[in-house]
Amino acid sequence: MQSIEEFRASTRAWLEENCPPSMRTAMQEDEVVWGGRNSSFKNPDSKLWLERMAGKGWTTPTWPQEYGGGGLNKEENLVLLQELQRIGARQALNSFGISMLGPVLLEYGTHEQKAEHIPKILRGEIRWCQGYSEPGSGSDLASLSTKAVLDGDHYVLNGAKVWTSYADKADWIFCLVRTDFEAAKHSGISFILFDMQTQGVSTRPIRLISGSSPFCETFFDDVRVPARNLVGTLNDGWTIAKRLLQHERTMISGFGLSDKASGRSLDASSVEGQAMQARGDTGRLSDPVLRDDIARYKIDAEAFAFTSQRSMEEAKLNKGPNATSSMLKNYGCELNKRRYELLLQALGTQGLGWASVQHEDFSVEQLRVTREWLRSKGNSIEGGTAEIQLNVIAKRVLGLPDMPMLTTKKGS
Amino acid sequence: MSMVLNEDQSMLQQSARDFCQANAPVSELRRIRDSQDPDGFSRELWQQMVALGWAGMTIPEQFGGFGFGYGGLEVVLEETGRNLVPSPLVATVLLCATAVNLGGSQAHKSALLPRIAAGELLMALALEETAFHQPTRIACSAQRREAGFVLNGQKTFVLDGHIADKLIVVARTSGARDDRDGISLFVVDRDAQGLSISRSQMVDSRNAANVRLHDVHVGADALLGELDKGDELLERTLDVARIGIAAEMLGSAQEVFDRIIDYLKQREQFGVLIGAFQGLQHRAATMYSELELCRSVVRRAFAELDGAQEDVPALASVAKAKLSEVLGLISNEGVQMHGGIGMTDEFDIGFYLKRARVVQALLGDAAFHRDRYASLNGF
Repeated sequence: MQSIEEFRASTRAWLEENCPPSMRTAMQEDEVVWGGRNSSFKNPDSKLWLERMAGKGWTTPTWPQEYGGGGLNKEENLVLLQELQRIGARQALNSFGISMLGPVLLEYGTHEQKAEHIPKILRGEIRWCQGYSEPGSGSDLASLSTKAVLDGDHYVLNGAKVWTSYADKADWIFCLVRTDFEAAKHSGISFILFDMQTQGVSTRPIRLISGSSPFCETFFDDVRVPARNLVGTLNDGWTIAKRLLQHERTMISGFGLSDKASGRSLDASSVEGQAMQARGDTGRLSDPVLRDDIARYKIDAEAFAFTSQRSMEEAKLNKGPNATSSMLKNYGCELNKRRYELLLQALGTQGLGWASVQHEDFSVEQLRVTREWLRSKGNSIEGGTAEIQLNVIAKRVLGLPDMPMLTTKKGS
Repeated sequence: MSMVLNEDQSMLQQSARDFCQANAPVSELRRIRDSQDPDGFSRELWQQMVALGWAGMTIPEQFGGFGFGYGGLEVVLEETGRNLVPSPLVATVLLCATAVNLGGSQAHKSALLPRIAAGELLMALALEETAFHQPTRIACSAQRREAGFVLNGQKTFVLDGHIADKLIVVARTSGARDDRDGISLFVVDRDAQGLSISRSQMVDSRNAANVRLHDVHVGADALLGELDKGDELLERTLDVARIGIAAEMLGSAQEVFDRIIDYLKQREQFGVLIGAFQGLQHRAATMYSELELCRSVVRRAFAELDGAQEDVPALASVAKAKLSEVLGLISNEGVQMHGGIGMTDEFDIGFYLKRARVVQALLGDAAFHRDRYASLNGF
């Protein structure tokens, strides 16, 4: 058994040897590694880095070694994170399999399910998407109506999902389906996994106000899924669904940390830096109202970063409520939206371009701000709307009562 | 640097909570107000707090204190904030003991700090001259005369001014009214000739005073810190106090919030508990989130005071700005969500609203600290 300091030394040495120099630079948007059957690597070092990290189990450092994870305890994991931060290492693999599915599969899956899927998740071999929302089921997710009917040793699925992130690029889907049509809405749902290449699955990308299409509509037409792919107990999928949402919120709350709030030095990419540059100001931002708004935003962003950090510390010590994920998700998303509103004000009409007709009309960065501003509007809708998060805080954290008519209405 | 309370702090917090609930609930402030107590606080209660070690918590052991660090005062101030306890903790301990400890000569420290820790000496900082916090706008003058100085001017909003045995007076020894340079600090006895102090009655029923200095003679040994360079000592002192006040504000905000949540679970209208209404639920959830951020900011700022200290100025402004804003919100919601009863004097919630506005203004309101934060960060 090695001591934590020995672990730090060996980790540092391994990283020095194995992290390619280009993987120690700031992540480029088009070099993010999502994994999957069709993954291509713009930078060959990304592939090397993924293989080496996955080989150690360090794409998922705390997952059990039995399934290829790193098997690290919390303390070792913290050391690994610190050492990765120390050299500015990029995230080797960014995946819904890691941030959402994996944790619930480890908690609720059978040994066979874990053995089949976990290694492929952490090696980035299979890319997953999330089949939750439906055209008629947004915030009221549990009203979903995609049907799964048992036929021999298979379920036959019919229905449609919407807002499926990257469904057109994913290999497999984790999906909520209705398996009991008589029960109350929360009690007839199951959680099932299947290959997107199965016959009867089709996807159609949705064009957003920002012009990009990260989401799809996904259609199931007599899709046959082996019954052994059902995770957990039949008709008790809602338990897993909620647990997964907690993991999703934690992931999304990271959006609010985008301004590197703790490193306070003025840099050109910061909101105030861009506002001053656009106005030709030095030393002091000339617009006093914007200056006050930016200060308010930055103070909140710092306070939020401290809170994320404190929440992690408390989780490590098993203190405090774990229901803070809704609070962090909501606050983080609102902060990100505020940031982009301020960036628009910072840039004036240069932040309102759609495309560069003449070569110099708008810079690439300015155009990115416009598109990201539009994209940020979705932050408080996806992963549970702001209003849903506030409901969760009011009920789960503060213990406020339900409205009687909402709880007594049969079947709702 | 941890933002979670350690075991010592948790124990101290519990004992402070028990003490305040048993001996100094809001009804005690009400009693002091209604009896028009000339001191504006309970000397007996203060001696009990001294016995608990609260006066000497941040004073080094060599000067009669306990050297517990600011993390001890943090949890005590939260509890006094919860119960709106009027005490010399802010003026004597946070402001004056800090100034003496940071800037005083060996002689100042040995003369003043042990007596503060023992509860034998009360002090007050005479800083403000206008209705706004402007720590460099100093017109009160101190001119060299023979071996010492002569002070002339007026001060306002001097916390605990009328009960203090000694004042620390911020005066101008050179330069023009708004200059950073040329500010000096002087320790002045309350019975010095030419000094007059009159208590002002503030909305929060707590202590503040107006001070007039007319040809007040002090010796050279009254100078606290360096001549003409007092602004630096003053800023460091104010930052400690701002962070301390933020802890008190956190306690007050938490208490009002807890009372709101209790009320939402008791009060029925239209046949349901009003806590079931989404219009109130979402506001409660928003306040909860803001309070969590406040707690993190206070913890982080105190950790810096007891730790690296490099980032104290910016963190003091983050804390004072954030807490002023959120306490403003929650104190207003405290009245609104209690409805008509929240408007009555009989009900305690009004005391929190009144205290909130005073403590929001104290040592810089939210707008002051956002401006300072922006300047500190180069924009």
